[in-house]
Amino acid sequence: MLCRTANDLYWMARHIERAENTARLLDVTYRMSLLPYEAIAPGLAWAEPWAVPLITSGLATSFYERFGELSAEAVLRFMILDASNPSSIYCCLRFARESARSVRGAITSEMYEDLNSAWLEMRGYDYDRIQATGVSEFLEWVKMRSHLFRGVTFGTMLRDEAYHFNRLGTHIERADNTARILDVKYHTLLPSADDVGGAVDYYQWSALLRSVSGFESYRKIYSDVITPRRVAELLILRRDMPRSLHSCMSFIHQTLEVLCDDSSREIERSSGELFARLHYGKTDDIIKFGLHEYLMEFLDRISVLGGEINRYFLVPTY
Amino acid sequence: MSRPIYDEMCAADGTLRPHYQGFSDWLKRTPNEQIAQKREEAERAFHRIGITFAVYGEDAGTERLIPFDLVPRIIPAGEWRILERGLKQRVQALNLFLHDIYHEQNILRSGTIPAEQVLSNTQYRREMQGMDVPGGIYAHIAGVDIVRADEGAYYVLEDNLRVPSGVSYMLENRRMMMRLFPELFATQAIKPVEHYPDLLLENLRGVAPAGEEEPEVAVLTPGAYNSAYFEHAFLAQQMGVELVEGQDLFVQNETLYMRTTRGPRRVHVLYRRVDDDFLDPRAFRSDSMLGVPGLFAAYRAGRVTLANAIGTGVADDKSIYPFVPEMIRFYLTEEPILNNVPTWQLRREEDLRYCLDHLAELVVKEVHGAGGYGMLVGPAASNAERESFRGRIVAQPDKYIAQPTLALSTCPTFTATGLAPRHIDLRPYVLSGKTVNLVPGGLTRVALRQGSLVVNSSQGGGTKDTWVMAH
Repeated sequence: MLCRTANDLYWMARHIERAENTARLLDVTYRMSLLPYEAIAPGLAWAEPWAVPLITSGLATSFYERFGELSAEAVLRFMILDASNPSSIYCCLRFARESARSVRGAITSEMYEDLNSAWLEMRGYDYDRIQATGVSEFLEWVKMRSHLFRGVTFGTMLRDEAYHFNRLGTHIERADNTARILDVKYHTLLPSADDVGGAVDYYQWSALLRSVSGFESYRKIYSDVITPRRVAELLILRRDMPRSLHSCMSFIHQTLEVLCDDSSREIERSSGELFARLHYGKTDDIIKFGLHEYLMEFLDRISVLGGEINRYFLVPTY
Repeated sequence: MSRPIYDEMCAADGTLRPHYQGFSDWLKRTPNEQIAQKREEAERAFHRIGITFAVYGEDAGTERLIPFDLVPRIIPAGEWRILERGLKQRVQALNLFLHDIYHEQNILRSGTIPAEQVLSNTQYRREMQGMDVPGGIYAHIAGVDIVRADEGAYYVLEDNLRVPSGVSYMLENRRMMMRLFPELFATQAIKPVEHYPDLLLENLRGVAPAGEEEPEVAVLTPGAYNSAYFEHAFLAQQMGVELVEGQDLFVQNETLYMRTTRGPRRVHVLYRRVDDDFLDPRAFRSDSMLGVPGLFAAYRAGRVTLANAIGTGVADDKSIYPFVPEMIRFYLTEEPILNNVPTWQLRREEDLRYCLDHLAELVVKEVHGAGGYGMLVGPAASNAERESFRGRIVAQPDKYIAQPTLALSTCPTFTATGLAPRHIDLRPYVLSGKTVNLVPGGLTRVALRQGSLVVNSSQGGGTKDTWVMAH
């Protein structure tokens, strides 16, 4: 397969996944912002729930440069509709559709038509229309479009290289997202790991879990109150949790095993190493090491892996 | 303009032509609402499938649909047989002409065509002199524009031998018609066109450099912002070959490779949809970002075949067009089966005088123009337009040719106020390789504005499905 094609497939998948993650993040933020103010401890960063999606996505600086002041409307405009924010849902869908357009030959016509109609619909939205539709309704639509696209991909695409690069993009983006969400909660929002158990905390944890579709799974698995330790376990090490780092790395490693040949064994080796750390890791060790430090290291490593994939498969320099 | 106009569906006295009987019966018994609903369905489907073209001069990336009309253009079996023979004959002669002018130049030495008209033509590529191409084929894909005028006689209007486009619309229009109205196809014997991509692939493989058992074919596109990008992607997908851009390719040791996830992979045949000038910054325009440095050297070394060949533009140039019937006689010693439109070459003094005296009756075209731009339709133009054009002709007469305004045939077409006749043309696609082949039909373009003779999609043209009847 052409490197450029692989690159487009990879980014097509990443952008769709990113649009979905942004929608999830905004959705829980929106729900949080609807809680009566007393339920949220004043003084905590969480008192400004709308800052969370910005911090998580690493977009706070560019947001404040553009809008100056934090408000629900400004964040929604920035994260959903802003054409100058490359991570906005608008841009993600546009980029995904542009990538799809330039690799039409490598994907099925159903996939292209699905992305194209998502994009055509997205173009019809402005802030007023989103308000009229209902913010949650709109975000639900974004998530459904992502589910639909994944379903169409899964159901129609030949299991060839194109499929693998597509899956690779999805899981690298997802791993990155899960690690960031978890880190923001721990590092930025929670003053100390002991400060657990209160009503505020309950809402925060359940919001975090909901943003990765983990709330119901948590209840099923633990049937108990939400504790940071278990959340970390669920989102990092559980192999049956589809958005955990373990699941993502498992996919990534399996995919690279298929894609790598003798000249690219090194990439497979480093993904295998990263996967093994999750596969054989223990929650206690992670907590002892420091969750923030652990997640930072993971983010570094996955970004190095992304760089290697880029250099070898996607944008070669020969 | 009071001459009677030939209508494809009905004779002058209003009687239905027999090959439209089946369609007409269907039209009569199908309620208007149902047809209106199908028209909307077609439009939605075309948008969703993304069969769009980019419009130059508008916002970057603007995409539009080419309007699709539901009334098919139907060609009876007997007429098609003649067209098919005539097209094959014509394209064969054009390929022989191209080979000749880049080798012995017999036709120039015989005086059949003035040598300077070929050799000083900007489309003549000296770089191609003496170079052999596989099978002697230059125009592997030719899109020949045919119109019907007068009492129904067919005329060739133009031979497009560079990178003719539109074949994807032919295929998608058929797919759409079959999807919307399967009953029409079930009850009539309409010849299929869907095997075009197979024929094309076979044709391209057949012209690979000698000795290649499993030649690798790729389609070269200028990129996603080109107006015909949809077609490039479509054809690559239908043939199951890679769609490449210049940046995907590189040349090493006079061999063309593409960059793949498994390392470099050799390309033997490049179906290029990029103009000559942009193919190789080392050989042609050095500012081209679309091409591949070293491609021409690989081509000259016979390590890769380009389809179409470099330098075919000289044969479809409007200044050479008047000589095509002579080419047929010269190379094939046959009489041309298809008519040429009588053409005044304004480089000749008496032709120029005639043209200037009859500007209101003639169509004047730029010799190198394309896409319906840079032309004057005398009868439709205002006095001011004619006078301004007159100035341009007098300043550079050798840049223009003139032809009588043909009363193009019409075909019923859905308009805002119901069915009405609109002018049409036809572009069949002729494939030349080991053999000469074409699928029955082609792309029918229709001028949607009442009375307009310009069918180009960039200027308000639409398309129709084209049916060739089996009997």
